[in-house]
Amino acid sequence: MIRFLARRLALGVVVMFLVTIAVYVMFFAGNAENIAHRMAGRQATPDVVRRVYDNLGLNRPILAQYGHFVWRLLHGDLGRDYYHQVPVTTILKQAAPITFSLAIGAAVIWLVLGVSAGVFSSVRPRTLADRAFTTTALFFYSIPVFVLGLTLLYVFFYQLTVHGLAIFPASGYVGLTSNPYEWMRHLILPWLTLALISAAAYTRLSRTSMLEVLGEDYIRTARAKGLSERRVIVRHGLRSALAPVVTQFGVDVATALGGAILTESVFGLPGLGYESVHAINDQDLPVIVGIVIVAAAAVILANIAVDLMYAVLDPRVRLH
Amino acid sequence: MTQGIGDAISSHVSEGAFETLPANAPGTKAIEGRSPVSLAFDRLRRDRGAMISLGLIVAIIVLAIAAPGVAALTGHGPNHQYRGLDALSPSGQPHAPSTTFWFGTDDQGRDILVRTAYGARISLMVGIGATLITITAGTVVGLLTGYFGGIVDTVLARIIDMVLSIPYLLFAIALVAILGHINMWLVMVVIAGAGWASVARIIRGQVISMREREYVEAARSLGASDWRIIFVDILPNVIAPAIVFATLLLPVSVVTEAALSYLGVGVPPPTADWGQMISSAQGLYQEAWWYLFFPGIALLITTLAFNIFGDGVRDAFDPRSDRLFAK
Repeated sequence: MIRFLARRLALGVVVMFLVTIAVYVMFFAGNAENIAHRMAGRQATPDVVRRVYDNLGLNRPILAQYGHFVWRLLHGDLGRDYYHQVPVTTILKQAAPITFSLAIGAAVIWLVLGVSAGVFSSVRPRTLADRAFTTTALFFYSIPVFVLGLTLLYVFFYQLTVHGLAIFPASGYVGLTSNPYEWMRHLILPWLTLALISAAAYTRLSRTSMLEVLGEDYIRTARAKGLSERRVIVRHGLRSALAPVVTQFGVDVATALGGAILTESVFGLPGLGYESVHAINDQDLPVIVGIVIVAAAAVILANIAVDLMYAVLDPRVRLH
Repeated sequence: MTQGIGDAISSHVSEGAFETLPANAPGTKAIEGRSPVSLAFDRLRRDRGAMISLGLIVAIIVLAIAAPGVAALTGHGPNHQYRGLDALSPSGQPHAPSTTFWFGTDDQGRDILVRTAYGARISLMVGIGATLITITAGTVVGLLTGYFGGIVDTVLARIIDMVLSIPYLLFAIALVAILGHINMWLVMVVIAGAGWASVARIIRGQVISMREREYVEAARSLGASDWRIIFVDILPNVIAPAIVFATLLLPVSVVTEAALSYLGVGVPPPTADWGQMISSAQGLYQEAWWYLFFPGIALLITTLAFNIFGDGVRDAFDPRSDRLFAK
C-alpha cells in the first residue's frame, strides 16, 4: 500500500515535470517575441520592444529560464504575471476555490443523478421508465456545455426574472465563507450545466454494471437469505457495481476541468478556466504554466485516489 | 493514468472485443469468407436508429454543400449586412424571424438562416478533418510504441500520459495560443494535437496483445521487415477499433470546434460558424432568442445524430458490448 502510493506519486511527479517542459518548449517554439510586442503597445519602437523583452527575462537562454523556473517552483513560487506583476500563486489562490466549488458541487449532483437513474433503470430493464431515462441521457450526452448553459440562463434566469421570480442570478460568484446561501444561489445553474452533461455517462455505466451484477449468484443467495430487496440492491449489488463508475469518475475530473472552462465563460465565474482563457489570449506564460500545473496535479491525484477507492470498494483488489 | 475526452470513448470500446465474430446466421447459402468489417456493415444496415441518424447526417451534409444554394434562394449573402426595418433597427436591434429572414437576423443585420447553412460547412469539414488526423496520428503512434516496445515505448508512453493529464480543452486552447494566427486548417491540427493520445493508448494496447501472435511470428520467419509486419499484418487487425473510435470521436471533434470558436480561439470571423454565432448571441439572448436558438439547435442535431450513429457502429462491430442508449 505505502509502496504503491510512493511509486504512483513518484511517477506523477515525473509526468508533472514533463508537463512543465512541454509548456515551455511549446511556448518558445511558438513566438515568444509576440508577448513583448503586445505589452509594448502598438506605437512602440523596436528599441522599446527589445527592452520589454529583456525585462521579462526572455533574452536569457531557454534552459536558464527553465532552470530558474524549476528552482522557484521547488520553493512554492510560480513567478508573477507579465501584465500586472501579481504573483501567480495569488491568482491561483483566488481562482481555484471557484473552480473547486463548481467541480465538487457538480460532481455530487451528477453522481447522485446519474447513479440513481442508472440503478433505477437496471431494476426495471426495458420498461418505459428505463427508456425515458436512456433517451434523456442521450440528449444531455450530446448537448454542448455552452448551449445547455445558455439555455438554462434563458429559461431560469431570464424568463423567471421577467415573470417576477428573480431566483437565479445571471452571473458572478460569492465566496462560501462570506455568504453560503448566495454562494449556492450563484452556483446552482453552473452546477446543473456541468452535472447534467456528465450524469448521462453515469446513468449508462451504472445501469450496465448493475444489470451484470444483479445476475450473479451471490445476489440470488442474498435474496434466498430473505434480505429485503432494498438491502440486496444497495448493499450487495451497488457496492460491487460501483467499480466502473469510480474509474469513470477519475477520468471525468479532467473532463470536468475542461468543461469548467466553458461553464465559467457562460456564467462569468472568475475561476481557473476563465483565467486560463484570458492568460492564453494575453500569452501570459507564467499564468498558463501555473494553471496547467494545478490542472495536471488535480488529474494525477484523482487517478491515484481512484486506484485507492478500488481497494475500499472491493476487498479482492490488491494494490502493488 | 486515465483521463481525457477520448477516454470517455475508450471505455465504450472494450478490449479484445474485435478479434473474432460469431459465424453467420443460419440459412445462408454457400459458405463464403467474409471479413469482420463486412459483417459489421451488415449489422449496421439493420439498425434502425443508426440508419435514421445516418439520414440526418446526410441531410446536414447536403445543407452544407447546398449553402450557396440557400444563399441564392433567399438572395442573402452569408456576410452581407442588411439595414432597414426588416433586418436591423436603427438602434441596432436584430429582427425576429420573418418572411424575408426565416431565421431572423443577427446583431450585424446578417441572415441567420444563410449563416447557419454556411456554419454547417465549417462544422463538418473541421469535425471530419480533425477526426481523420486524430485517428491517423493516434494509430501510427500506437502501432509504433506497441510494436517496438523498449525505449520507444517508454518515452512515447510517458508523453501520452503527459498529454492525457492536461484537460483536453485546456490543451487545445494552449495550442492555439502557441500557433498565434489561427485558420480552419490549424483548428483541425489543434483538435488532433489534443486528441491523438487517447487513440494511441487504445491502439497500443491492442498491438501489444497481437505482437506475439503466431501470424506475426510466421511473417517474421518469412523474412518480413518490421515495417511490413506493422502496416501489412498488424494494421488490418486494428482497423475495426479505429473505425469505432473515429465514429465516436466525430461528435467530440464537432463540439470542440464549436467550443474553440465560442471561446474566441477558433476559426476567425467573419466566417460563419456555429460556435461563434452562439458566442455573439450570448450578449443578446434576452432580446433575440432566435440568434441563440438556430445555431444551437443545428449544433445539437449534428452531435445527436453523430452520437446515435457512432453508438450503432460500435454495436455493429462489437455486438457483445452494451449499447450506450437502449434501442
